[in-house]
Amino acid sequence: MANYKLQINGRSFEADVDADTPLLWVLRDTFGLVGTKYGCGIAQCGACTVHLNGNAVRSCSLPVSAVGTNKITTIEGLSANGDHPVQAAWNEVDVPQCGYCQAGQIMSAAALLSKKPKPSVDEIESAMNGNICRCGTYHRIREAIILASSKI
Amino acid sequence: MKTLAKTSRRNFMKIAATAGGGLFLGFHWGDTLGSSMEVLNPKSVAAGDVSFNSYLSLSPDGIVTIFSPNPELGQNIKTSFPMIVAEELDADWTRVKVVQAALDTRKFERQLTGGSGAIPHSWERLRKAGATVRQMLMEAAANKLKVPVSSLATANGMVIHAESGRKVGYGELANDAAAIPVPAAVTLKDKKDFKLIGQAIRNVDNAEMITGKPLYGLDVYKEGMLHAMIQRPKAFGMKIKSVDDSAAKALPGIVDVVTFKNNVAVVGKSTWQVMKARKVLKVEYEAEGAIESSTDHDKIFKTLLESKDAQVKRSDGDVDAAFKSAAKVISREYQCPFLSHSPMEPMNFFAHVREDGVELIGPSQTPDMARNETAKLLGIAPDKITLELTRLGGGFGRRLKADYVVEAAELSNIIKAPVKVTWSREDDMTGGSYRPAVRYRFQAALDAKGNLIGYKLRGVGINAGNCTREDNFPSGAVDNLLIESVEHKSPITTGAWRAPITNFLAYAEQSFLDEVAHAADRDPVKFRLDLLDKAKQSPVGAIKYDIDRMKGVISLAVEKSGWGTKKNVAQGFSVYFSHRSYVAQVAEIGMKKGQPILQKIYAAADCGIVVNLSGAYQQVRGGIVDGMGHAMYSKLTFNDGTPEEKNFNTYRLIRMKEIPEIDVHFINNGIDPTGLGEPALPPTGGAIANAIFKATGKRLYNQPFIHQEELKGVNLGVRL
Repeated sequence: MANYKLQINGRSFEADVDADTPLLWVLRDTFGLVGTKYGCGIAQCGACTVHLNGNAVRSCSLPVSAVGTNKITTIEGLSANGDHPVQAAWNEVDVPQCGYCQAGQIMSAAALLSKKPKPSVDEIESAMNGNICRCGTYHRIREAIILASSKI
Repeated sequence: MKTLAKTSRRNFMKIAATAGGGLFLGFHWGDTLGSSMEVLNPKSVAAGDVSFNSYLSLSPDGIVTIFSPNPELGQNIKTSFPMIVAEELDADWTRVKVVQAALDTRKFERQLTGGSGAIPHSWERLRKAGATVRQMLMEAAANKLKVPVSSLATANGMVIHAESGRKVGYGELANDAAAIPVPAAVTLKDKKDFKLIGQAIRNVDNAEMITGKPLYGLDVYKEGMLHAMIQRPKAFGMKIKSVDDSAAKALPGIVDVVTFKNNVAVVGKSTWQVMKARKVLKVEYEAEGAIESSTDHDKIFKTLLESKDAQVKRSDGDVDAAFKSAAKVISREYQCPFLSHSPMEPMNFFAHVREDGVELIGPSQTPDMARNETAKLLGIAPDKITLELTRLGGGFGRRLKADYVVEAAELSNIIKAPVKVTWSREDDMTGGSYRPAVRYRFQAALDAKGNLIGYKLRGVGINAGNCTREDNFPSGAVDNLLIESVEHKSPITTGAWRAPITNFLAYAEQSFLDEVAHAADRDPVKFRLDLLDKAKQSPVGAIKYDIDRMKGVISLAVEKSGWGTKKNVAQGFSVYFSHRSYVAQVAEIGMKKGQPILQKIYAAADCGIVVNLSGAYQQVRGGIVDGMGHAMYSKLTFNDGTPEEKNFNTYRLIRMKEIPEIDVHFINNGIDPTGLGEPALPPTGGAIANAIFKATGKRLYNQPFIHQEELKGVNLGVRL
C-alpha cells in the first residue's frame, strides 16, 4: 500500500492503495466516481475510458502508480452541468439503450473532438472502434459525434 | 484505505441535490472501508404526493410520478411504459417523473423482462391506469367548477372547461380526485387521438446515463459492504477436489475466503484486492460428469441427426411419399456455435442477509424468480426479502437466470455481512448459460414444376430443448411436412439468448428457402409469397402466424429496398415471425475495389402500434447489429469443458467500423403492440447470407461467417 495524490476533474484526491491497482478501481471503489465502468479489464471494450491530459486512455489497464501528476478527467468532470457538446448531442440524438458503455463512448468521442474538431467519418470510426456497444447504438453514436462536431 | 478529499465530498453532495429522474444519491463516509455510496430508488410515493394506483401518483404542484415496474436493460421500457400511462392520463410529459419500481408482486404482474412481452402484456392495464385517474380528475374538476363531467376535456395535465375557458391543473385536483370512488369502467382513447404514443420520445434516463450517475448494479456501494468474487469450477462437468486458500487469506484487504458448493469466494475490502487474491488461490478440481469439447459436439450432432428417437414436433401429410415422388430433393445442414450473452455490465448482485430480513439490490430480468429462489435457499418466506432493481447494463437473456443473485445471498448468509459479488469478464464468459450450439438438417422435395411438395427439418442441439419452432412458416403451406427435435444433455449450461432458438433457426431456414427458391427457378420473394398464398387458400394443419401481417412486411421491404430492380448491388431477402411480431429484411452487397461490401440492410417491421418511435427505431437497428455481429464474428469453442474464448480479445463482438447503413420502416396497422425486443434479430443472418450468395455464388452453412471456408479469399469487407 502506498499513498497516491491524484488530480481528477480539477480536484485533488488521495488514496492509500496498492501500486498496481488500476485507476479504474481507485476511481470506483475509493473515490466513488462510478461513471467510469468496468467492462473487460484488458483494454478491449472501452467502457472504462477516461482522459489523461486530454488523451483517451483505458483506466482498467492504467496502474495508479503510473498516473503521477497527470490530469485525469472522468465522465463526472467532463462538464459541470452535463452539457459538454458531446453530452448534449448524445441526448439530442437519443443515443443510449442500456447505457452502460456510453460514458466510455462519450469520453472517447470528446477526446477525438478536442484534437480534431471536424473529423471525417473514417476518423470517427477509427477513434471509436475500441469502444464496444453491445446494444448496437453505433449509428447514433456516429451521428451524435457528427452533430457535436458541427456545434464546436 | 482512506480518502481525505473534502472537496470531493462537497461535489457528491451537490450531485445528490441535483439528481433527478427519481434517483437519489446519498454519500456516506465509512469508518473502516473508506467511501461508500448507495444507489437508491425511492421505495414509496414521495411525501405530499397523492397515490392513485400502483403506477401513478400526483404531487399538488402537478408533477406526475409514474412507477415503471419492469426491468430496464436497454429495451427502453422505462420510457415507453410511462408514455402509455401518460397518454391516457393526458399528462404533460415535461412534468412526468419516472421511477423504477422495486419488486412488488402485490402491485404488479409479470415484473420481468423477456420474450418481448412486456408491452403486449401490460398495454391494456397501463392504459387503464392512466385513463382511470384522468376520469377521477375530471369528476373532481366537475365538482369544483360545478359543471357536468361531459362538458370537460383534458390536455397537457389540465382539465379544461371549453365553454367558460376555465382550466384546472391536475396537481390542484389531486387531493379531491383521490377521494372519488375509483370508476369500475373507463373509456380508453380512440387510437387516432394518441398524442404521445407514436412520437419519438427521448430516454428518461439520458441525463443520468450521459453524466455517469450510479444507475447499475455494479454502482451499488453500501455502508459496510464487502466486495467478493467467486472462483467457479474451471470446466463444466467438474467439482472441487481441494482448496488451499492460505496465500489468498494472507493478502492485504482480504477479509475471508469461503468455500460453498463448487464455489470459492474471496471476500475483501476492495475489488482489486479481491481480484489479486483470487490469483493465488490453489483449487484442484475433479470430474463429476462429461467433460466435453466442441469436437465432441460435432460428433454428437452427426449421431443425433441419424438417431431413431427424435421427438416429432409436427407431422402433416406423408413426407416419405412426397420425397419419393419428387423431381428434385435438396438437403442442407446448418450449424451454429455456443454464444456468450456478454452484456457490457458483467453479472453482479448486492445481498445483505440479516436476522430480520434480506436485502437484494441489482440487475435482474426476473426479480420475482430471483427472490423465490433466494427464499428457498435460505428457507424463509419470500416476503422477508426486498429486491430493488437497478438499471441493467444489458441482459440478452443472461439475467433471466437467478444463479448470480442466489449465490450472492448465500455468501452474505455465510459471512453475515453485506456483500457485492462481482463477476470478472472472464467469469462472465466462462461461467455459463450460453446460447446453445445447434445443428439443423433441412430437406425439401420439389415437383417437376418447382412446387414445394415436401419439407423436413430435424434440429439437434446441446441443452437446447426443442430447437425447432414447428408451427412457424412454412408450416401450414406445405402438404407434407415433418419437424423433429433431438436434444443432447450436457453439463454446459445454456439458456435463453435474445430471440431464443430463432436467433439461429431463422438464418438456417431463410437461407435454405432461398436455396430452394433458386433450385425451383423462382424469385426468392415470389417463392415465399406463393407459399403464403397457398397457406391462405388451402392451409395444411394449424397456422399459428398471421399470413397477412407476414405478407405486409414482405411488401414493405420489397418496396423500400427496390427488390430486384437495382443494378450493381446483390440483394438477399429474409422474413421471420417471432414473439408475435413480423420483420422482413433485405441486405445489400455492393462491390468496392473488387471486393464485396455489405453496405445496407432494409428492415420492415410489424410490431403493431409503435409506442416510442425513437426507442423502436433503435430497437430494430440494434437488433440487426446484434444479429449481424453474432452471425459474422462470434463463437465459443469448447476445449475440455471450458470455452477457449474468455474475453473480448478473442471473443469478437461487432464494432462501429463493421456496421452497414440500416433503414427501418414500420407497418402502421393500428394493431395493439406485439413486442419488439427480439423480432428484428432473427431475420438478419439469413438476409446477409443470401446477399453473399447473390454476390459471390457461395452458400454459407455455418456461423460465424468469417470462419467459413466458403469465405476464404473473399474479403467480406464491411469497411474492415
